[in-house]
Amino acid sequence: MPTKDSGRLEVRKTYKLYVGGAFPRSESGRSYVVNNAKGKFLANASQASRKDARDAVVAARKAFGGWSAKTAYNRGQILYRIAEVMEGRHEQFSAEVAASEGLSIAKARGVVDASIDRWVWYAGWADKIAQVVGSSNPVAGPYFDFSLPEATGVVAVLAPQESSLLGLTSVIAPAIVSGNTVVAVSSFERPLPAVTLGEVMATSDLPGGVVNILTGSATEIGPWLASHLDVNAIDLAGIDDLDEARELEAAAAENLKRVRRPADEDWAESPGLSRLTQYLELKTVWHPIGV
Amino acid sequence: MSRFEYAPAPESRAIVDIKSSYGLFVNGAFVEATDGKPFKTVSPASEEVLAEVSEAGPADVDKAVRAARKAFEKVWGPMAGRDRAKYLFRIARLIQERARELAVLESLDNGKPIRESRDVDIPLVAAHFFYYAGWADKLEYAGAGEDPRPWGVAGQVIPWNFPLLMLAWKIAPALAAGNTVVLKPAETTPLTALAFAEICQQADLPPGVVNIVTGAGRTGQALVEHPDVNKVAFTGSTAVGRAIAKSVAGTDKAVTLELGGKAANIVFEDAPIDQTIEGIVNGIFFNQGHVCCAGSRLLVQESVYDEVLGRLKRRMETLRVGDPLDKNTDIGAINSAAQLARIRELAQIGEDEGSERWSPECELPAQGYWFPPTVFTGVSQAHRIAREEIFGPVLSVLTFRTPAEAVEKANNTPFGLSAGIWTEKGSRILWMANQLRAGVVWANTFNRFDPTSPFGGYKESGYGREGGRHGLEAYLAH
Repeated sequence: MPTKDSGRLEVRKTYKLYVGGAFPRSESGRSYVVNNAKGKFLANASQASRKDARDAVVAARKAFGGWSAKTAYNRGQILYRIAEVMEGRHEQFSAEVAASEGLSIAKARGVVDASIDRWVWYAGWADKIAQVVGSSNPVAGPYFDFSLPEATGVVAVLAPQESSLLGLTSVIAPAIVSGNTVVAVSSFERPLPAVTLGEVMATSDLPGGVVNILTGSATEIGPWLASHLDVNAIDLAGIDDLDEARELEAAAAENLKRVRRPADEDWAESPGLSRLTQYLELKTVWHPIGV
Repeated sequence: MSRFEYAPAPESRAIVDIKSSYGLFVNGAFVEATDGKPFKTVSPASEEVLAEVSEAGPADVDKAVRAARKAFEKVWGPMAGRDRAKYLFRIARLIQERARELAVLESLDNGKPIRESRDVDIPLVAAHFFYYAGWADKLEYAGAGEDPRPWGVAGQVIPWNFPLLMLAWKIAPALAAGNTVVLKPAETTPLTALAFAEICQQADLPPGVVNIVTGAGRTGQALVEHPDVNKVAFTGSTAVGRAIAKSVAGTDKAVTLELGGKAANIVFEDAPIDQTIEGIVNGIFFNQGHVCCAGSRLLVQESVYDEVLGRLKRRMETLRVGDPLDKNTDIGAINSAAQLARIRELAQIGEDEGSERWSPECELPAQGYWFPPTVFTGVSQAHRIAREEIFGPVLSVLTFRTPAEAVEKANNTPFGLSAGIWTEKGSRILWMANQLRAGVVWANTFNRFDPTSPFGGYKESGYGREGGRHGLEAYLAH
């Protein structure tokens, strides 16, 4: 939390949701107390409701056509821009991560460094993934046949509970880099870095609705996203309870959502490609060859 | 309209030797089922009983999974990739050697025309084993990392529309990757899978690497829910796929699902008309329309609607419906009484909802399960015949004016398996291919398949791909 020694009374921030490019409070009017790791009051956060989740899905769906149709080069630049703008807010993120996760400010800076670097890493994938996972297929006949990856659609992300910024980055970036749009539910107890990340996105040329961030309880909102018929995939990273994860996966089966099951993950590790490729559909196109 | 009459040209069924009864194929041998009742498989063209087949109960499935586990741990898992490759090459060759026999058997049990089983199904079966054989000693290049590992035991459930081909799609990549399998063929078409079991014996494939358990939904459920199955692969209806996705929730099982479809076949005014008509016919009447990727929704640009419909009906009048073993037959028998009832019901609903039904005059055999090639016009997007998978020789025709409208209508479905585009304009093909939310897009062709070409759906048509490197990746842990 930015504090000043000059004696000037600081202007505090209101932490709100990020939906469709705007920063509304929860339509439910609810907020909840966010404490730091030692139990001291930090802020009130909006507590997102089922209605907020549905509004966010509408915003994400609306944004999908435009975002997925952008050139990969353009998407890569916008992800890189997120990293640039984060860099300018480094101190703010570090203070929020330190307070939320109970880290020393030095360690928190390291987490922010890693988060920014992760955006840069994923930014570079935008115009390379199709060459790595696509193919030209040598069919036994006079046909030109190729396969290319496309975005799955609207991805619901239940973000990690512990890793409030690096974890969140590591579940949002691999979804949007290929053209998906996201409805993310932040860590419940550590939502402040997520709200600030939303503010970064709002000023990074990322079109409104591509990422929507809800602060609140994944246990409360998760089932509505898992059963939502206009959501195409769901990442259960933030669900620690196995029974809860099973129920969410079963609900997601209703429209055959692509499901990322929760797993022990070290967010500091190099992420690999599996999360990025989880939200890709492969399209194969045939055309006859002839004169 | 006068036309040439054809003399019957039946393929001889003497080439197949169907036993009166079959056991389950477990651990390299045919065994009696211990806790299920035998059931009959019939020829849908004559209702003649072909054989009696064992129903595998949960205890039988358990035995098969144990055999597969043991084979995975002791033999197939540790085996060098080059040796797994050689077994698969052997199997490919045995299939080629017995191709005609398998084609006749497939047409008898399934009802599909011999022309299709002989020229499409069985050659593709051999091609799939040949293709994946070559992958078995090259897994580190498959895109699943430098040290790719198989999942272990794969439980596979396949449908009745392409019985042996679906078996090949499932078993060939699974074995190449080093998994062992327990496969359940559909209850109405078990015979070619059992013939495949004999081929495994002839190839000296180690016992337990491939196990075939016959039965219906109960058997399939026992298989996919078995706790020692690591990988589930299913091809069939979206309803069953959904149930499987629910049942594996909370487990570590990897899953691929290839489910239903309601493909749009889109005809623009500049389409090459003769090829287009053949493509429409192939798209919906191939295999009696029992094809998940069938072009069952024809979208025609308004300016050419009359010409396309006129020519399509003329072409349909020349389609020959009848004996699957006759080499002149275009459309064979509907696979089962249950499927025939489903097609009749939806066709009736099409009429009741106000669409206009048309079929050419054609005499259907008195015995067996038959449905004439049928086209519905005046169909709106809200009609059930435009929304639900009929899985029969029934085409629903809608119209459009602009490319954007065609895209809008084509994508207006929870399915996303395949689509067709007919136009001479290259840039439009690529634009349309981009816009269509479907896993396979055929431009100026339809219903093409190849072992190197990934196949699978978007949205409620399932997930995962079969065929090509991507199909192999689905059988590697990563």
